Amino acid sequence: MAIVTYRDALNQALREEMQRDDRVFLMGEEVGIYQGAYKVSKGLLQEFGEMRVVDTPITELGFAGVGVGAAMVGLRPVIEFMTWNFALLALDQVVNSAAKMLSMSGGQFNIPIVFRGPNGAALQLSAQHSQAWESWLAHIPGLKVVAPGTPYDAKGLLKSAIRDDNPVMFLEGEMLYNVKGEVPESEYTIPLGKAQVKREGDHVTIVSYGKMINVAQQAADLLAKDGIRAEVIDLLTLRPLDSETVAESVRKTNRAVVVEEGWEVCGIGAQVVDYVQRDCFDDLDAPVLRVHQVDVPMPYAKNLERAAKPDAQKTVAAVRQVLYLE
Amino acid sequence: MATKVTMEALSPTMEEGRLVKWLKAEGDAIAKGDVLAEVETDKAVMELVARGAGVLRARLAAEGDTRPVGELLAVIAEKDENIDAILKKAPAPAVPASSAPSAPSAPSASSASSASSTVVPQPTASTPPSHPNGGGRARSSPLARRLASSRGLDLGTLQGTGPGGRIIRLDIDAAASTELSGAPTAAAARTAAPVMRAAGDSEDIPLTQIRKTIARRLAESNGPIPTFFLTADFDLTSVRELRAQMIAMGDEFKVSYNDILIKAIATALSQHPEVNAHWLGDSIRRHHRVHLGMAVAVDDGLITPIIADADTKRISEIARESRELAKRARERKLAPEEYTGATCTVSNLGMFGIDEFTAIINPPEVAIFAGGAGGDVPVVLDGTLAVRTRVRITMSCDHRAVDGAMGARFMQTLRRLIENPLMLVF
Amino acid sequence: MARTRPPLPAPAEASTPAKKPESSDDAALRLSLLREMLLMRRFEERTAEAYALGKIGGFCHLYIGQEAVGAGAISALRPDDYVITSYRDHGQALARGLSPRSIMAELFGRVDGVSKGKGGSMHLFDRNLNFLGGHGIVAGHIPLATGVAFAIKYRGGDQVCLCFFGEAAVNNGAFHEALNMAALWQLPVIYLVENNRYGMGTALERASSVNDIAERACSYDMPNEVVDGQDVIAVREATQRAIARARGENTPTLLEVRTYRFMGHSMSDAASGTYRSKEEVDEYMKRDPITLLRAQMEQRGEWSDEKMAAIDAEVRATVEDAWNFADESPEPSLDALTEDVYVDTTSDTGTSASTGER
Repeated sequence: MAIVTYRDALNQALREEMQRDDRVFLMGEEVGIYQGAYKVSKGLLQEFGEMRVVDTPITELGFAGVGVGAAMVGLRPVIEFMTWNFALLALDQVVNSAAKMLSMSGGQFNIPIVFRGPNGAALQLSAQHSQAWESWLAHIPGLKVVAPGTPYDAKGLLKSAIRDDNPVMFLEGEMLYNVKGEVPESEYTIPLGKAQVKREGDHVTIVSYGKMINVAQQAADLLAKDGIRAEVIDLLTLRPLDSETVAESVRKTNRAVVVEEGWEVCGIGAQVVDYVQRDCFDDLDAPVLRVHQVDVPMPYAKNLERAAKPDAQKTVAAVRQVLYLE
Repeated sequence: MATKVTMEALSPTMEEGRLVKWLKAEGDAIAKGDVLAEVETDKAVMELVARGAGVLRARLAAEGDTRPVGELLAVIAEKDENIDAILKKAPAPAVPASSAPSAPSAPSASSASSASSTVVPQPTASTPPSHPNGGGRARSSPLARRLASSRGLDLGTLQGTGPGGRIIRLDIDAAASTELSGAPTAAAARTAAPVMRAAGDSEDIPLTQIRKTIARRLAESNGPIPTFFLTADFDLTSVRELRAQMIAMGDEFKVSYNDILIKAIATALSQHPEVNAHWLGDSIRRHHRVHLGMAVAVDDGLITPIIADADTKRISEIARESRELAKRARERKLAPEEYTGATCTVSNLGMFGIDEFTAIINPPEVAIFAGGAGGDVPVVLDGTLAVRTRVRITMSCDHRAVDGAMGARFMQTLRRLIENPLMLVF
Repeated sequence: MARTRPPLPAPAEASTPAKKPESSDDAALRLSLLREMLLMRRFEERTAEAYALGKIGGFCHLYIGQEAVGAGAISALRPDDYVITSYRDHGQALARGLSPRSIMAELFGRVDGVSKGKGGSMHLFDRNLNFLGGHGIVAGHIPLATGVAFAIKYRGGDQVCLCFFGEAAVNNGAFHEALNMAALWQLPVIYLVENNRYGMGTALERASSVNDIAERACSYDMPNEVVDGQDVIAVREATQRAIARARGENTPTLLEVRTYRFMGHSMSDAASGTYRSKEEVDEYMKRDPITLLRAQMEQRGEWSDEKMAAIDAEVRATVEDAWNFADESPEPSLDALTEDVYVDTTSDTGTSASTGER
């Protein structure tokens, strides 16, 4: 298998889907002539032309709505947000238009659209540019939310997202774009709504997704040195969330830790914990613990930022606690 | 506010207890934490500690009485407090409460509800904190509750080792194996280092298909634990010499044959984790530490105190520890954590002149070693008759986990160690 | 921030295009537009009644007084063109040909409603008629119209998208973002402002720095026109001019159609009182679009009381039938609660509605 960056895996997915289906187009800020703010759309303008790779003004609400309108009448837009931080301006279109159209039209208008872009913090971008929005999005019925953490998953899931007939929120990561991994040359897709056991173990279940799956894996490596075998579950899709795969694992390990990039209150982890307490109540030998960003706007100073973010050490500490080792 | 003193479950399996000795008299002032009495459980003599303060107003059991768990033994209350309602509910005391005041009785409901604090008995050795929610429901993880229910265990009789005294899976496993074997051999929550305190202490090997088939077929043929036996003679000549040398070095190095055999078996177990294991039904737990149980006869039965990490201890340490444990076992002074958590067990009837015997495995352990009487026997060495000191050891193996060749290889290792005992010293 | 309120521009000042030669088709058209406006009027009157009886709930915005806008503009469209509008959408839905039965059933929250009872008054949709919905967030649907026009151009089609919204929406960012892109990308879309002078209770002059809304188009170098919204023919003809620009030249237009709402903003306020006087309402009611068209027809000798009575009876019967139909239509089954949240299809398998999923 070829070794490919996360960025190029996304680029491949976009190119292949645009070749496969001429209703698919990419729209957003700097996607065309600039080749993408993070170069995800490199070469696409040259291949597909400016009707299918559309540079927009800096007008997130506007072009998000343009995407929804185009989707209402049969196109399959991929709307790139330069980052999800800017997408907050567009949330009215995402929530009030994309998510609800099918229901409020009594099933007449489904919205096959992908909103994608980097989510969460990078490095030293301070408060307004370092936010993880997945719990906001996953709260909304009518949306699907996907957060891949590896190049393989990014490509397979983006292809599925583009083919899906519902609005799909696709959360990438600025810190992920250069991550390399194996990606098959041949065509493949990964189904939405299915979690993956990324590593098997029987002492504790670590549930994570997106960028944080790499943190979970690091933590599992550290734990292995102490003879602790952690099972690592990558949710991949946050809505609909595959609670059954989580439950299967927790029934085996009797304990779980959830790692997420965003804030604690009403976070994705809270939802996972809810499923676990419902599905695995009689299997739990310890309360489920969560690892997440400290409950503050992201600070700029390097040391403060590091302290605010979830990391492998914090994950290890939580695991030791649910194992009654502390 | 009155405090009821009741017979509490002082060991995982206790259903009733014998009041050995009152340490406080009626009328004595009682501070919280005072030892009120000694109570003999099925395993040991424990102390009953007061959790409330006041005056010991009534003793409702005589020394020597046996009382079921939960029955009222005494009442601690303020000097002038009316305790009639409490006393009325008590069973007829063997010794009448001589100084019960004869004040008009208060409505029983209010008196009973005012007796809200309880006495929690405490083993003589330190234990994890007891339930912080007072005499109410024991705190426990949902998993522990489910397991307890399916194994017929009463959570109220268990001591939790989790935070705040929470009963966790570990505690259930410990109690369940005690109950199964009738002898305490569980992988218990040891105060210092319970099994889960380090996940690296053991590993669970999932059963292969062939292993499942062996387990099922052999169990069908030979009872729940399909046991087979391996017996071998071991030459003790070198052991005898080593022992003589150690005794010559002084009393502190005085060791018995049995101590050396324990060290040898423990060392062999550390090299054969497949034998130093527990059968868990759907997996086999291999222990990376060796906690060797040592059967000790007491007047009316037997108990198996544990030499923890026996493979890493010096023979003289084992000697000292085993003497002390045996003595306290006979006095019934062992704390629960001193007789739970064995990974394997040794029994020796040599001192009774038994040449050889087969011992019964304590589940979930998968082997037990039975030592007979050592002695001089004629043997043929290099074609000539010679006299050698020999001992016969029989290994009982649970065939679900240990196959014949596996056990035989263990015995080979054991022979190498016993016949070259310097390997045990260095 | 008190501003003196400038005088209202007289509705008569609105531009009136030059008369075109008459034909017998024009007479038929006038009759049909009259019938359509009457249907809207009677439908909304019965809607108000049903609301008072508790058969309709929630927010409900009536079109009475503005009938000429929806009737005139939509009459200029082809069946394959698109219509999208805001929450004051009953009139436009009727003009586009949605059945009075299915609209009334939707208002009643019944299973035979156009949106199966899930949308209500503000969310009328009909995929078969390219009626892309009533939308509830002020200005939220304007970018959608731009997107529809983008899709038309993307596919190389010659349809247009007609987008209705009120004058209060022009102060919202979505309006400007959407118009900027439509002008920038030259998209076939007509933005039709129904300037009924009040955003709820706030007069145009108290909300907008510019009182001539058509001027807003100048920011985007977009053709624009002010139209008398009480004259159904004027509205139709202005829309036709905008459609010609859109179809032929991919050029968007901003039409400011000056009209007036005779009723309150929704069902929870009076027609006059706090923010506008009864005198003002009475004054505007003299320019009732139905009365104005009837006067034209009388002038041309196309009018007779018998014909009028017959049409009115027919329209009343249609509305009565809609009411009865809605009243008898069952409530949605509870199974429908979780339906139509997601479709369980992909681009490989086509579309069909399905149940929601966790």
